[in-house]
Formats: sequence, structure tokens, C-alpha cells
Amino acid sequence: MRRGWLASLLALSLVFLVACDGRKSAAPPVKRGPGIPAYGDALIVGSIGEPSTLIPLLASDSASHEVAGQVYNGLVRYDKDLNLEGELAESWDVSRDGLTITFHLRKGVKWHDGREFTSRDVLYTYRVTIDPKTPTAYADAFKQVKAAEAPDLYTFRVTYAKPFAPALESWGMAILPAHLLEGKDITKSELARHPVGTGSYRFKEWIAGQKIVLESNHDYYEGRPYIDRYIYRIIPDNSTMYMELKSGALDMMGLSPVQYQRQTDTPEFRARFNKYRYPASAFTYLGYNLRYPLFTDRRVRQALTSAINKDEIVHGVMLGMGQVAHGPYKPGTWANDPHIPDFDYNPGRARQLLAEAGWKETNSDGILVKDGKPFQFTILTNQGNAERLKTAQIIQRRLKKVGIDVKIRVIEWASFLSQFIDKGNFEAVLLGWTISPDPDQFDIWHSSKTGPKELNFIGYKNPEVDRLLEEGRGTFDVEKRKRCYWRFQEILAQDQPYTFLYVPDALPTVSGRFRGIVPAPAGIAYNLIKWYAPKEEQLY
Amino acid sequence: MANYLLKRLIMMVPLLLGITIITFAVVHLTPGEPVEMQVAMNPRVTAEARERLRKFYGLDQPLHVQYLKWVGRLAKLDFGRSFAPDGRPVVDKIKERIPVTLSINIIALLLEFGLAIPIGVVAAIRRDTPLDKGMTVFVFLGFSIPTFWLALLLMYLFGVKLGWLPISGLHSFGSGGFGFLRQLCDMAWHLILPLSVATFGSLAAVSRYMRSSMLEVVSQDYITTARAKGLSERTVILKHALRNALLPVVTLLGFSVPGLIGGSVIMETIFSIPGMGQLAYGGVMARDYPLVMGILVIGAGLTLVGNLLSDILYAFADPRIRLGKG
Repeated sequence: MRRGWLASLLALSLVFLVACDGRKSAAPPVKRGPGIPAYGDALIVGSIGEPSTLIPLLASDSASHEVAGQVYNGLVRYDKDLNLEGELAESWDVSRDGLTITFHLRKGVKWHDGREFTSRDVLYTYRVTIDPKTPTAYADAFKQVKAAEAPDLYTFRVTYAKPFAPALESWGMAILPAHLLEGKDITKSELARHPVGTGSYRFKEWIAGQKIVLESNHDYYEGRPYIDRYIYRIIPDNSTMYMELKSGALDMMGLSPVQYQRQTDTPEFRARFNKYRYPASAFTYLGYNLRYPLFTDRRVRQALTSAINKDEIVHGVMLGMGQVAHGPYKPGTWANDPHIPDFDYNPGRARQLLAEAGWKETNSDGILVKDGKPFQFTILTNQGNAERLKTAQIIQRRLKKVGIDVKIRVIEWASFLSQFIDKGNFEAVLLGWTISPDPDQFDIWHSSKTGPKELNFIGYKNPEVDRLLEEGRGTFDVEKRKRCYWRFQEILAQDQPYTFLYVPDALPTVSGRFRGIVPAPAGIAYNLIKWYAPKEEQLY
Repeated sequence: MANYLLKRLIMMVPLLLGITIITFAVVHLTPGEPVEMQVAMNPRVTAEARERLRKFYGLDQPLHVQYLKWVGRLAKLDFGRSFAPDGRPVVDKIKERIPVTLSINIIALLLEFGLAIPIGVVAAIRRDTPLDKGMTVFVFLGFSIPTFWLALLLMYLFGVKLGWLPISGLHSFGSGGFGFLRQLCDMAWHLILPLSVATFGSLAAVSRYMRSSMLEVVSQDYITTARAKGLSERTVILKHALRNALLPVVTLLGFSVPGLIGGSVIMETIFSIPGMGQLAYGGVMARDYPLVMGILVIGAGLTLVGNLLSDILYAFADPRIRLGKG
């Protein structure tokens, strides 16, 4: 009886195997020329998370913005060098006093349903964003607007109460179709699942939890994209995603440092995929609670930075796939001062600075003591980020060597925020920030932002920094802004409210059949519409 | 009988109410709020925007008001709208996921019992032989191996190295254009790995249960009688012993029924199967209160219905319960 069971089961699975095995065996060419640009094929992208809604105004997760970014356009966007350029706006003028911005809209742009894009859509997007009934996280930049008007179909004008440089960036917000949304409740709109935009790809289908399919927009104002379909596959597990990539079912994913350095370092992988590497727009830092007596003395913070070997962290944790950070800006952008006088690794100076601050004696454990209290503190970090935990462990070991006892606590994100950050109930935190292309970091460093649930949670207060931040956001003059932000970085380097640790690298990999990919400071995705697969290599 | 049924039905009302209170409390006691999970650490969001969101979700109201509103809607079978930015009705979200989870779980359950019962029977008949010991080792191996690890290894072997099976998901690329039969076949092909791993991991309990139950029955007098009558061993085992030995195992099957709508987060995540487990997990992580409460209440409700059904069946089988004098 048992044999019968097994046999029938085997037979059954064989039937499936034979019946279903329709896969193409993809024998990849090893040497690839540029090929001839051709329309067609599909790009299958892997994502850990599923978008929550395809109305970008309502979304706060990166997956939603990634997909919606293909479907919608803003008035402005960042080009490959991270400078603002016109998208739906052909150009714009800023008035001499910096108070009024006039956008001249592109003519002849069509929504995916055929209607023409006009200033009415922009005005609607502005109005729905500031409407108190709209549950959006992005209303604040638009609330600075004193008046918005659309004098004709192709002109849109906004006036601010005072000059506000980040305002320009805020018009990169996806413009929504007024004719489909006006007079309706945006929170119940169909557009959340079936977006209609002006972008290079139009929405085709969304199979919940599995994939989103976009099709190229043949009437796109910049021209028809070469790749016909953009498929966004949701694969919640990174190992699974990597295997899908290797099996050929995925064309593009972001690799981890280990995957980039070790697992993909085979001739077979190199023949089938191209790997790219450039600094991500993010940094990881160790932030000190400046309300806590231990960290009020600047010399102590300088000593902590001197005692930490940032290089070692980049090599140990990121396998070298990143670079040491000295300030809060992305290396290579105009706001970043490449010569910040930061404190490099020097344990001798660390000990000396600590001694100057009164930490001279050590107890039997070799821990520094002042007024009878040993120098010890706890680094908090959030659960689920192995890189941060490893970084904390390396820091723990380095600080031990200069006589500082560090404990590490890993806490679930929600509790981390509500029980520790919001209450100011922490000593030091190991966290990261995303770096936005506009250098305005008012919310993170200004002394007015130290209240509960505000982002200057370490309680950093420096009158000169306050002034520089206000000045920097109050002018459109890039040279003037640059001076403000470079001085700001110098002060941070002296004050060391954070120890800036590292800027990780983004490590995307794309199937070798796609050509036309040109890495730039903005990454690789900025010219997606120019990517192509030569006809003879197209798979789908 | 009608009396008994009525009594049971009336008893379900306070139970359901209790379930809603506990569900609501558990969900609201977890640290972190839905709004926080969405906007925390976002420099573009001010306190005012946060308040706006809290008000939109009704989180600014006192807890008892929130509870009463929710229960009021629930009484009309309205589970409310999800707190996720898409704001879709909770029922839609669940409806979209339940068919996948339900069908996978039913197939897995059939496979589990279909394989475990024969294994248990054979192990009992061939007690203490190498075959019995081999089976024991086999089922406990499945029980002890972490499923995610086994799953990853098999995915690597069959998906990447050999290329025989798809690695994850439910459909092949372009399966939308397939005919119905081919689509079904495609899905079955995708389910071979997850179902094998799930079944292998769950064989132990039922097969061991079956084995001991069978051993007990085989030593009974009536089996000796049956053998003494000169019946073939096959008839003795299959007709006389197995039927009686199956009863406790069937009870076990009854217990599995409420679990059918719950999915395993780990399996679903590794195999990218969009089922209930992922939905619930995502809901909890985002503190999507209406969604989590909806799933919990539906689960609890189904358990109640399942219990009621099995009690009714027992009542048919056992007159003592039927008369309410148990």
C-alpha cells in the first residue's frame, strides 16, 4: 500500500514537471557589444516591500514612490547630477525678492487617458495637498505658500511669505489628474490601485502581493521608452530574491555588501549581470543625547569620535562597500564640504581630551572615573538592522580601549520611537538618515526642533547653526547657500553632536542584456527610458 | 436538540463580545501608533501633519469611544477601512488573500493526513523493525529541521542549480495569457516546493498519533477474534483496526480546521506567497489597527463556529451530550 502511495505521488509530480516545464534556457553571451537600440522586452525588478498606494501624496513608503515615480511626473526633478531641472514645467522664474516662483508648463503633455495636462492639474494637486481633510505627510512645504494661481492653462504661479529655497524641490511632488479627482474623496479614489499619470510608463495591472505591471507610454513627452514593460515583483525575502535573480527570473535588484563582494564574484555571474556601485543618499551615525550630563562637554564628544575607527567599520561591516562620513551631506554634491576638519582615529588624542574633561583615573576594570562615577553608557539601536548592530559592537570594543564601558540594546522600532526617542530617554543612538538632495536640514539641527516627536531629538542647540540654517533656506543663490552649509559642517565637526560614521554604497545589479545604463551621482535609474535590450537578446 | 443549539448560540454572544474587547485591548496596548509607523523620522512631516493624520484615523478620540465605534460598525459586519495609505476596506484586503491561503492549507492538510496516516499504520504493524525506526527518524527529521532553512536549500537545489522548479511566487511570467488548465498547472508547479516543505515538517504529530492509536487497537481482543476467524491480515488491519484507530486522529483533524485561514509568515515570506500570514504580519508591523482586529475577530469567530459544529456532531454521536446531562 505504501509503495502505491509513493508511486502515485511521484507520478503526479512528474506529470507537473513535464507539463509545466516551458522555461527557456537562457545561454548568455559572454562578450557583449553595445548592440542596436530596440523597442521591446521587459525589465523585472525585485522589491522587498509592496507599495501601499499609488497616489504618491498619500504614500509614505519607498516602494510606493518607486512605482509611482514611473507613472507620474512632478513640475521639477533632479537630473543625473542632482541639480533641479524642469519636468512638467519647461522652465521657471524666481522673482528678484525670491518670493514668487512662476512655472511655465510644458505644452502637449497628455495624461494616460488622453486628456491634456494643464495648470488646472497643478492647482488641484496644490489644493488637495493643503486640504486639512487629506491625510498626507507632505503638506508642510506647500503650506508656506501664501497664494497659488493659474493665470492661464500653461502658467502656474506661487507666492511665498518669505523666500524659501526648499520650496523649489517641493514642486517635484507628483502632479495628480484633476479631471479624475476633483470633487471626489481622494482617500477612496480608484487611482490608489489604478493610477493615471503623465509619466513614461502607464499602469497595467496589480496582482496583490505578487507584482505590478507597467507598460511603456508611447506618447511620453520625452519619447517612447525602449523597454516595453516594467514589472515590479514583490519578494519579501532577500535570499529568495537573490536566488530568483540567479535563476534568471529577475533582472534587477539591490545587492547587499556580501552578495556584491563574495557571492556574485563568479565568472558566471559577471557574464550575465552588470554590477553598479555608487554612494547611496544616506548616512549612519552615532548620536549623543546632549541633555545627558555625560555628553554636555564638547571635548568628550570629540574624544569619542577620535576613539572610533570609522575605516574599520566601513571595512568590517560594509566590506568596504561605503565610505567614511564626516558630515551630513552626500560626498560629491555641492553642499558637501570635502575638507571638513573632522576628528580622525587617534586613541591617544581621545585619552588626552578625556583627561582634559576630567576623566583621569581608572577603576579596577580599567574604566575611566570622574567624581566617583565610571564612564559608561548604552547605545540603542533598532531591531532588524544587522549592520547597525555590528557597527555598535565595533564601537563598543574601540571605546573599551580608551576606558569607556558601552552597553548595546536593540529595540523593536515602534517601542524604540515611542519609549525612547520621543521621551528623550536614551544616552546614545545608532541610527541613519536619508540625505535629501536639497541641503536644508533645518528639522534635524535647528534648536526650535527639539520638542517631543521632533527630529532634533538629541537636543542640539547652537545659535550660529540656527542662523546659518535660516539663512541657507532663505535664499535661492546657490553660492550663498553653499557658504552657509559649508560653515555649518565646520561647526558640526567641532561640536560633534553626532559621530558621523559612514555613507553606504548602493549596489544595484542589472541583467547584462540591458544597455544604455550610465551611472551618475543620482544613481542609474534616472535614464530608465533610455535603457534597451538589443533585439537578439530580448527575452520576453 | 433545538434547545441545546439555542443555548449554545446565546452563549456565543458574550463570548464574541469578550473577543472584541480582548482584541481591541491587545492591539491598542502594543507600543507605537499607526501614524508613528508611517511618518516617524521623516523630516518633511511636522507635528501638525501628524495630528492631521491622527484625526483622520480617529486616534485623537478617547479609547472607549474608539472601541464603541468599532464594535458598532462590527455589529453591522463592517470591518472598517485599513489604516494603510490605500485606505481600502479591510474585508477587501482579506478577501483577496483568503483563497490562496485556504487552498494551500487545505491541500497541505490533505497531504499531511494522507501521508501521515499510512506512515503511522505501517510503523505500527511493523513495530520495532528497521522500517518503523526509519519512519520515526524520517518524521522527526522533518519536525526538527527549521523549515526556512530546508526551504532555502531546496530552492537553491531545484530552482537555481537544477532549474526544475520555480523558486517563489504563484505564477510564471506571462501566465495571464494561459488557458485555465495551464494556469492551474502553472500554479501547482509553483506550489510543489512550499507544499513539500510544509508537509515534511508536519508529518510527525499525526503519524506518531496514528501509530500509538493503531498499536492500542491491534492489541484489543476483537482484533485477536478477527484473526481467529481466519480473516486475512489485510482485512483485519484495514477494516477492523484502522477504522477504530482513526477516530482520535479525526478529532485531531477537527482541531486543524480553524487554523486553515491562518498562514505561516515564514513560509509565505520565503516563497513570496501573498497569503494571510503576510497580510497579518504586515498589519501588525504597520499597526494597522482595523486590519489586525478584523483578522483576529474573523479568526476567533471561525474558531467559535468550528467548535459549535464539532459539538453538534458529537451531540449526534453521543446521546449524553444531546440531553444536556453530560
